[in-house]
Amino acid sequence: MDLYLPIANLSVNALVIVALGLGVGLLSGMFGVGGGFLTTPLLIFYGIPPTVAAASAASQVTGASVSGVFAHVRRKGVDFHIGGVMVAGGVIGAGAGAWLFEILRANGLIDTVIAVLYVLLLGSIGGLMLKESVDARRVHKGARPPARRRRHHPLVAALPLRWRFYRSGLYISPLAPLLLGFATGVLTMLLGVGGGFILVPAMLYLLGMSTQVVVGTSLFQILFVTGAATMVHAVTTKAVDIVLAVLLLLGSVAGAQIGARLAQKLRPDQLRMVLAALVLLVAIRMALGLGWRPGEIYSVEPA
Amino acid sequence: MMRVLGLLLAALLLAGARAPVLVPDVSQREIEIIYSFTGAELLLFGAILYPDGARPAEGDDAAEIVVVVKGPTQSVLMREKAKVAGIWVNAESMRYRSAPSFYAIASSRPIDEIVDERTRAIYELGLDSLQLSPVSTAASEVQQRFVQGLVDLRRRTGLFVEAPGAVEITDGVLYRARVAIPARVPVGRFTAETFLIRDGRVLAAAVREIDIRKSGFERFVASAAQNASILYGIAAVTLSVLFGWAAGAIWRRF
Repeated sequence: MDLYLPIANLSVNALVIVALGLGVGLLSGMFGVGGGFLTTPLLIFYGIPPTVAAASAASQVTGASVSGVFAHVRRKGVDFHIGGVMVAGGVIGAGAGAWLFEILRANGLIDTVIAVLYVLLLGSIGGLMLKESVDARRVHKGARPPARRRRHHPLVAALPLRWRFYRSGLYISPLAPLLLGFATGVLTMLLGVGGGFILVPAMLYLLGMSTQVVVGTSLFQILFVTGAATMVHAVTTKAVDIVLAVLLLLGSVAGAQIGARLAQKLRPDQLRMVLAALVLLVAIRMALGLGWRPGEIYSVEPA
Repeated sequence: MMRVLGLLLAALLLAGARAPVLVPDVSQREIEIIYSFTGAELLLFGAILYPDGARPAEGDDAAEIVVVVKGPTQSVLMREKAKVAGIWVNAESMRYRSAPSFYAIASSRPIDEIVDERTRAIYELGLDSLQLSPVSTAASEVQQRFVQGLVDLRRRTGLFVEAPGAVEITDGVLYRARVAIPARVPVGRFTAETFLIRDGRVLAAAVREIDIRKSGFERFVASAAQNASILYGIAAVTLSVLFGWAAGAIWRRF
């Protein structure tokens, strides 16, 4: 079923895009990640121009995080206070990301920077997650659990101006969540990812937030920041393809619901291990792509 | 067909000049891009009118027809990747002021057998004779490399096409050729040029214009994204939120 994408200026098989959305949605429901880190590379691989892919993938992450946010709000799993600070940082970050995107695009470096960032981020996060899930399995088998970590990182404690975030059980400087939000905002803009795979570990280990509100609050932040990134893309790069976004959404929102059901039937440590392997695979594939001779040596852009 | 024959007859009666005249036409003057657009096929056809109704004798050096379909020219920046410190990054670049966004040439025989290099350059006949207007002071072999890269890239995406032998000439008078327009084609005003060539000389040329444009919903979306970008962005975000919310709401009923 061929469908013409009015912004990407090419025709795609609609069913392939819906299936791609479904697959990514399934993973995002199972693992609680937005799945943007898979959507953008897969769309580029399918032949969608990179800018359009990054701009349109963000809206899919928005859609995938909505139902999660509602569920967590009902469960009182969102700290709106710290979440609000992070959203503010994220919106500023999206603006800064747009500026950076434009500079890199003008220099022809955007594709390389996107790929390198993917390799670094996914490689390190995937490695950490794999290590952690291996440790967790050992605990499961009766080995001694590792020593309890400190509450939050000394760098965070060193920041001035402290606020109380009651639901997260924190008394820290608002600059820490603001900077964290800023960083994910930049990444959302550059990579079209929600940044959940960075936010969750950072909130747990850097800020030391209470685990009951980590996932809900990160989804809350992702919802607003991907929304802001879509807006910024629409205004600056004008590369948001609404038809492509709807196709992705159709698949991914259904997939997310199915994935969430599936996740309840699997053991969490196994889930984490599978996700870690998946993240590492994408990172390795992208790293190889950087070193291999690319299929196209030349690229053409309007000037 | 009747129209062509009618024209042929009228022209035969009026014919007084010595040079042959071309009466070209295209199957579509407008191509509308809608949701189901996967490319189009243009049929270029027409008649060659000889003075006094004469027709070239059999075995004589027959006249050849060359048809060129061109898309609007663009100013483009072309980048070349090179391996730097183990990874492939964009290194050198070249700017062209007038690269055709689409170029298809169909001829009744291979183009280099019909005309010489100079004529090819004058009329831009053939992928190696495009006037790209590079903005560069680079050495000629570098320029050559970039041009070849551009032609090769666009040829593989179906935007540059060379089809020798694709023009059929019937009885030395009627000709026809098919040109495929791929879905990735840019919108704008296209031209279909027809050349009548004999003994390496262009005897007659004629141009028809073809408009390719987005229509209906596709046109609306493209212009909204361009002209009302804030509203367009709000619409995109609202849609994503609605989709996500609706899926969650529907699912909870099961």
